[in-house]
Amino acid sequence: MTMRFAPSRRKFLKASAAIGGGLTVGFHVPDVLAQAKGAAGTEINAWVVVRPDDTVIIRYARSEMGQGSMTSAPMLVAEELECDWKRVKVEYASANENVRRKRAWGDMASVGSRTIRFSQEYLRKGGATAREMLIAAAAQKWKVPAAECTASGGVITHAASKRKTSFGKVANDAAKLEPPKEVKLKEPKDWKIAGKPIPRIDIPDTVMGRQRYGIDAQLPGMVYAAIAQCPVFGGTVKSVDDAKLKGRRGIIKVLPMGTFVAVVADNWWRAKEALKDVAIEWDFGANAGASSASLMDFYRAGLDAQTDIAVSRKQGDFEQAFSSAAKKLEAEYFTPYLAHSCMEPMGCTALIKEGRVDVWTSTQNAEATLAVAAGVAGVPLENVEVHRTQLGGGFGRRGGGQDFVRQGVAIAKAMEGTPVKMLWTREEDTQHDLYRPASLVRVKAGLDPSGNPVAWYSRVASTSIISTLLHLPLKPPLSPAEGIDPQAVASFTDLPHAIPNVKIEYAQRNAHVPVGFWRTVGHSQNPFVRESFMDEIATAAGKDPFEFRRALLQKSPKDLGVLEATAKAAGWGKPLPAGVFRGIAQTEAYGSYTCAVAELSVNGNGEVTIRRLVLGVDPGYVVNPDNVLAQMQGSAVFMLTAMFWGEITIKDGRVEQSNFHDYRMMRLREMPKVELVLAPSGGFWGGVGEPGQASIAPAVCNAIFAATGKRVRSLPLKNQGFSLA
Amino acid sequence: MIKFTVNGRPRTADVEPEMPLLWVLRDVLDVKGPKYGCGIAQCGACTVHVNGEPVRSCSFPASAAAGKSIVTIEGLAARGRLHPVQQAWIDHQVPQCGYCQGGQILAAVALLKKNPNPSDKDIDESMTNICRCGTYARVRTAIHAAAAAMKPAKA
Repeated sequence: MTMRFAPSRRKFLKASAAIGGGLTVGFHVPDVLAQAKGAAGTEINAWVVVRPDDTVIIRYARSEMGQGSMTSAPMLVAEELECDWKRVKVEYASANENVRRKRAWGDMASVGSRTIRFSQEYLRKGGATAREMLIAAAAQKWKVPAAECTASGGVITHAASKRKTSFGKVANDAAKLEPPKEVKLKEPKDWKIAGKPIPRIDIPDTVMGRQRYGIDAQLPGMVYAAIAQCPVFGGTVKSVDDAKLKGRRGIIKVLPMGTFVAVVADNWWRAKEALKDVAIEWDFGANAGASSASLMDFYRAGLDAQTDIAVSRKQGDFEQAFSSAAKKLEAEYFTPYLAHSCMEPMGCTALIKEGRVDVWTSTQNAEATLAVAAGVAGVPLENVEVHRTQLGGGFGRRGGGQDFVRQGVAIAKAMEGTPVKMLWTREEDTQHDLYRPASLVRVKAGLDPSGNPVAWYSRVASTSIISTLLHLPLKPPLSPAEGIDPQAVASFTDLPHAIPNVKIEYAQRNAHVPVGFWRTVGHSQNPFVRESFMDEIATAAGKDPFEFRRALLQKSPKDLGVLEATAKAAGWGKPLPAGVFRGIAQTEAYGSYTCAVAELSVNGNGEVTIRRLVLGVDPGYVVNPDNVLAQMQGSAVFMLTAMFWGEITIKDGRVEQSNFHDYRMMRLREMPKVELVLAPSGGFWGGVGEPGQASIAPAVCNAIFAATGKRVRSLPLKNQGFSLA
Repeated sequence: MIKFTVNGRPRTADVEPEMPLLWVLRDVLDVKGPKYGCGIAQCGACTVHVNGEPVRSCSFPASAAAGKSIVTIEGLAARGRLHPVQQAWIDHQVPQCGYCQGGQILAAVALLKKNPNPSDKDIDESMTNICRCGTYARVRTAIHAAAAAMKPAKA
């Protein structure tokens, strides 16, 4: 059986209005979600719908790309709702309805590890409010005070009169009540669903091949588009000669689209093959001479510049403290451009018809997709629907930017009335990413005669994601100071160590290579610099790297807590077999505190065998512990891939890598043992999708230093004579 | 006209002989389980079974499938019962985004057919599919679990 996407929303509006007795505003139920199929129900509030058979539908507003939030977020609603988790189904909230209902579901973006930490309060309140309304409806029916009634497992009980009813029976009455203004949320220690290892709701569909991704959209009469973008970033189409395609089977149209050329055909393979026979002349523009070497010169000039420099933190007097220090250290660190390489390449299916736009795409931000589609099509926001699907990986690629939506909707506009599925090849995906910015960093430290650091300096030279991708001005409140991209100097500006004189600078140097948010963003690279250099200082001071950090973090209890817990679990200080060495690093990222201890050996050929990677994380509260472990395991693979092999290089203004044969991914045989130290200390909410990566690269490089005496200051490791055994 | 069976059902496709099986399945026959990842047989997201053998369908011409039996992830569960590998994948919560997992599961099924009791080294050598989310540790655990579940009951 195949599942088709239903482009008609109106039908659903009618159906839910009828079944819900006119109480629901109506909702698009995406066909892709088998979990939510069946009769509509009564909407208690934006998050909770109750069906007469006691099934509870919890709506999920953000995206699911493997991070597990489509399970964790509803767990928080269910926890307060006091429903039976076994009777819960999850459906996506509609981006179109979010526009029409004054953002009833708030922010829909899954970015910045924020799904739980930024929405936990309103999700829990949504569940608690619905619970109170359901209880109130039952109490009214029984003519007893609501305070005498309780709810548990979807059943409402009035103990004194031994009466019971279920959510489904009172839902219609509950929906008519005014929601309570104040609700009391549970203490996390009293949680029954949250905090437990709950299986992910999307996994059964995945293992049966029923999960639907953007690439799987299928519409009647649909045609397919393959595209070629100008190989040099910023270039444009000069001329297109498609004479060779004359009479070719299945070819429908060749479209010059300004910065790219699209071939439209009756299946994607024919479109892609035909594209090879289209002669395209490009105007490469001003950047055709750029190379990795010229970019490096550009960034190095930023490190040396006296002007166009912004200061993100100034504490004490760095210059004075450094010049009078007993010992001085100075180094330059480099991290390269990286591609996201989501397993599902970028793509977008769109249909423009009678002033209405329907979009099917894997997006991390359905609202941004909706806005971009409306803008390109020239229709009001209310006339667009973004049909939600699972994402075949996201990692930040599918959030800001939305370049693939812009293209897909532009093609659909050129083919008005016909649904078009636009899909990139892996080669396009690798060569037209919004890359993790390359970053060159100068660090300096001064030590007093006892080896205590008294001065710290960092200057970062890189392209600003926020100014070039989001086109936002770099100034407060977005930035700590004018001219600062907070991501570019992340983990430097907030250096938690007890060092009296600190100066952190940013040299915004925007190159032509497009950049974007790559999982863990600034914290994917700056902790490598900070925590490697911290090791350099510890070595210069003749101190143990763990004890050195411990002493400097005495006034930062959360950093200290995860450092100590992880070191203890890893057996820091205990003897190791001959030839095995440890490295440690500690970082805060996305509101969570992380630490990594790598245990490894390096043979004479530079082959690194990682025996253990102990990852500590304090996210404040844990919603789904098994999912935290999955995210930490995944973070290890993602970061090890990047640090051993990841680098996008530029020649003649374009990217040299093209596919997995020359942009290498880690494979199963290379997976080390990952141990999780989950140390939630409570009182705050941190993320888990990204923080895990932050401490891994420096921990591994610090262990490599311990093993070989070689200090790695530039990634990837393959360029430094190391490989992963 | 190329004829073969897909998940037990006879299908025909009027396509060029060199058209990769992946695109015949996805775009012509609307079988969406096999996924496009790289197009050069590197990642394995497009893995299907052709006469029981795992094949990277992005690089497998449709003509080579003529007369053969093709099984995709949609056809692995027999008569509504999950394959033990699928069950192990649920029990051990293997997938994250899931895009590569149909291919991972079919690769694992093929491995267990040839080698019902694979060592870690056997798994290392045969499981070469790429997972960008990094589910490898759980893939390994689930294969061992499926191997145990598939052992014939002792007399």
